Amino acid sequence: MTSKAMSLSYLQGKNGIFSWIFSLDHKRIALLYLYSILTFFITGATLGVLMRLELLNPGKDLMEAQTYNQVFTMHGVIMIFLFIIPSIPAIFGNFFLPIMLGTDDVSFPRLNLLSWWIYIIGAIMALSTLLWGDGPADTGWTFYAPYSVKTGTNVTMSVLAAFVLGFATILTGLNFIVTIHRLRTPGMTFLKMPLFAWALYATSWIQLLATPIIGITLLMITAERVFGVGLFDPSIGGDPILYQHLFWIYSHPAVYIMALPAFGIISEILPTFANRTIFGYKAIAFSSLAIAFVGYFVWGHHMFTAGMSGTARIIFSVMTFLVAIPTSVKVFNWVATLYKGSINVQPPLLYALAFIFQFMIGGLTGVVLGALAADIHLHDTHFVVGHFHYVMFGGTGFALFGALHYWYPKMWGRMYNKLVANIAFVFLFIGFNMLYFPMLVLGLMGMPRRYYDYLPEFHVPNMISTYGSWILATGLLLMFGNLIAGAWRKREPIGRNYWKTGITLEWQTLSPPPVSNFDRMPVLPKNGPYDYDNKPEIEE
Amino acid sequence: MLKQGASTFAEGVDLSLYVIFGISVFFLIGITIVMIYFVIRYSKKRNPTSTNIEGSHALEVVWTAVPTLLVIVMFYYGWMGYTPMRNVPEGAIEIEAYGQMWKFSFEYPEGKVTDSLVVPINRPVKLNLHSRDVVHSFYVPAFRLKEDIVPNGSNYLWFEATTAGRYDVLCAEYCGQLHSYMLSSISVVSDSEYNAWLTSEPSNAGEHPGLSLLKQNACLTCHSQDGSKIIGPSFKGIFGTTEIVITNGEEREITIDEEYISRSIKDPNADLVKGYMKGLMVSYADVLSDEQIGQITDYIKTLK
Ligand code: HEM
Ligand SMILES: [Cu+2]
Ligand SMILES: [Cu+2]
Repeated sequence: MTSKAMSLSYLQGKNGIFSWIFSLDHKRIALLYLYSILTFFITGATLGVLMRLELLNPGKDLMEAQTYNQVFTMHGVIMIFLFIIPSIPAIFGNFFLPIMLGTDDVSFPRLNLLSWWIYIIGAIMALSTLLWGDGPADTGWTFYAPYSVKTGTNVTMSVLAAFVLGFATILTGLNFIVTIHRLRTPGMTFLKMPLFAWALYATSWIQLLATPIIGITLLMITAERVFGVGLFDPSIGGDPILYQHLFWIYSHPAVYIMALPAFGIISEILPTFANRTIFGYKAIAFSSLAIAFVGYFVWGHHMFTAGMSGTARIIFSVMTFLVAIPTSVKVFNWVATLYKGSINVQPPLLYALAFIFQFMIGGLTGVVLGALAADIHLHDTHFVVGHFHYVMFGGTGFALFGALHYWYPKMWGRMYNKLVANIAFVFLFIGFNMLYFPMLVLGLMGMPRRYYDYLPEFHVPNMISTYGSWILATGLLLMFGNLIAGAWRKREPIGRNYWKTGITLEWQTLSPPPVSNFDRMPVLPKNGPYDYDNKPEIEE
Repeated sequence: MLKQGASTFAEGVDLSLYVIFGISVFFLIGITIVMIYFVIRYSKKRNPTSTNIEGSHALEVVWTAVPTLLVIVMFYYGWMGYTPMRNVPEGAIEIEAYGQMWKFSFEYPEGKVTDSLVVPINRPVKLNLHSRDVVHSFYVPAFRLKEDIVPNGSNYLWFEATTAGRYDVLCAEYCGQLHSYMLSSISVVSDSEYNAWLTSEPSNAGEHPGLSLLKQNACLTCHSQDGSKIIGPSFKGIFGTTEIVITNGEEREITIDEEYISRSIKDPNADLVKGYMKGLMVSYADVLSDEQIGQITDYIKTLK
């Protein structure tokens, strides 16, 4: 397997636009996803910064109330459906799952390409709402009925876009499940799989089983808006609480579609930079499954004030607290992985450490919201906005940035400037916390969310938060600028294992990998994927 | 950060917040310090060779058991703080509370209708929550109290205020364009002040009955009387003028007369004035009688 053709990298060979947008190579599809997802992330982040600008002072700073409402809806829809849900699985899952399993592609390469196309069509549908009629939806990304049935904005199209995007998610999930079951390299049992693969496995089941529920719910909204079928709007015989149940039956598990892959990333970064085996492999692997399972039964915690029976509220609160247990088990195992390591502090590790810190804040504020009494005060306030940004952005977002910095040399066979990467990280870390911590304070003070204007008593934390958004934006510009500039930097020798201490199979192949992923048979470490005592010697 | 609590619930809610925040801050700071300590103590320079520890059953048991105990404690405090909110004491004053885009209004058992609440101190008050259009939420930060106002729902809440004063009421569930302006207040007063207030004449005596109806039904949050455009067209000088409306997607010209005004109140989206958004106004057919619509029309005629 060492012939020249075998070692031609996936970036070489045909390079016209069609060789990319119709490529069946999982690595090229991963890059298609990467570029499109990051474009939407930057769009969404711009909208976020505009919202913060509007909230700098009470009263109107920049835009009208209606515009603000459309902006936060667009921001939410982009960040949830176009950024965070596909993000790590579609980019890094696509690129690295087959390589980590020692195989040459996913089980269904054509479905994989189809999923990207579906994603693009859904994205165009979502963005098209900007162009006609009364403009993009003004309902919030949750599309709560009956407001979503009554408003004149382009809700129907937004909802159909989310419906279409769901199929991209389902196909990716299906593809990964089959790939993990069928294509592991000989000798790799389930318990010898890298933890990133485990995390994707748990995620894929949620993608496959939960997404159809949001699909049907969104179709019901469409039926109600277009044909006047009374499902959720009481003025035509529907039930608004039914909508909330259906919506959250999907959207809570969806939170784990966003979070579990990030856990997988952290479980890869830590051993590499601690240069030692992961602590508690099985605990980390199985806690993902436990979270995915229990996560199905907690959706009611979004509805503690909506008018459920007292018993239901208590059950949902108990279930919510249960999820905290496997989640904290993970955190403890990660921190223990640093114990007696030989730690090499590099940009990806910084992101992983920031992830642990910020994710803890996200998780612990989630526990606050799971407690009945506390949630009555904090529900639908800025505390919730702070909480979910800590989970999704401070958690998953930072894990994604970490993954970009971790696998960058592998994916492109080049390197970014590490000093700039570290400086960008400092901006991002400070900016992020300055942006979102004040929101937790605002919520405790009693400022509701989705608020275009606020009482003067809320001014100071809002100001601090907006200043934070400027620091964060600077950090994002620096980080993306630095990663993009890497393409023009003088090539340095990357080698197969750039960090020297990577142990999973992607570090045994060339950087960037050849089209068929490996130029020679990968060798598994003797006792499990993170067996640093028997780390295979890799010749360049 | 928390406002001074002013209802009997505040203590229970705040206690649950303090307990959970206490535990959380302890773990957050503890774990972060350990993490940073490890990164420094076991840096490549200080510790050139690592030790591969695969895990520890004892530790896994400990750090599963400890969080389990802690979440039981946290759940307990959350539950305790919450239970009283669902048990309305006998003899509570029962007030009907209405939410609509973008206004709260209240109907006292004695028949008084207001857009802010006045309640006696240390007496339980129950609100039955009704929405005239979409979902809203009745939120009083100082009382640590919130419950959604769902159309056709049967939600309720109750409270007992413990400190005299005036407290903000905010809408916490997004309900459209002016959600952040959907505000009201609760004034907590002594028993005697309350009784005096309850029997006082409404301050709008002598007002045109049509104007009173416009105020009570929050029409004026969207329709101005001075010609300015808010959400819907202004009422100023519209009677008798012609207007382009959109009926079933087609533009046509109509004259604003009694019949058109009545139709616009009962079926607002049938003839939509060009340039305004569909769906924002709901039908008031069940809310306003023909006689009341007549009074409103009379009042609109006076706005020149
Ligand atoms: C530059 C970065 C960002 C800024 C400045 C920002 C800021 C904001 C602000 C100000 C709000 C509205 C608060 C309100 O009025 O209720 C908001 C809402 C939201 N954000 Fe972000 N955000 C950013 C990044 C993200 C990311 C990375 C995600 C997800 C991964 C995200 C997801 C959301 C969601 C789901 C909402 C709720 C929208 C709704 O209420 O319907 N944001 N954000
Ligand atoms: Cu949830
Ligand atoms: Cu509202």
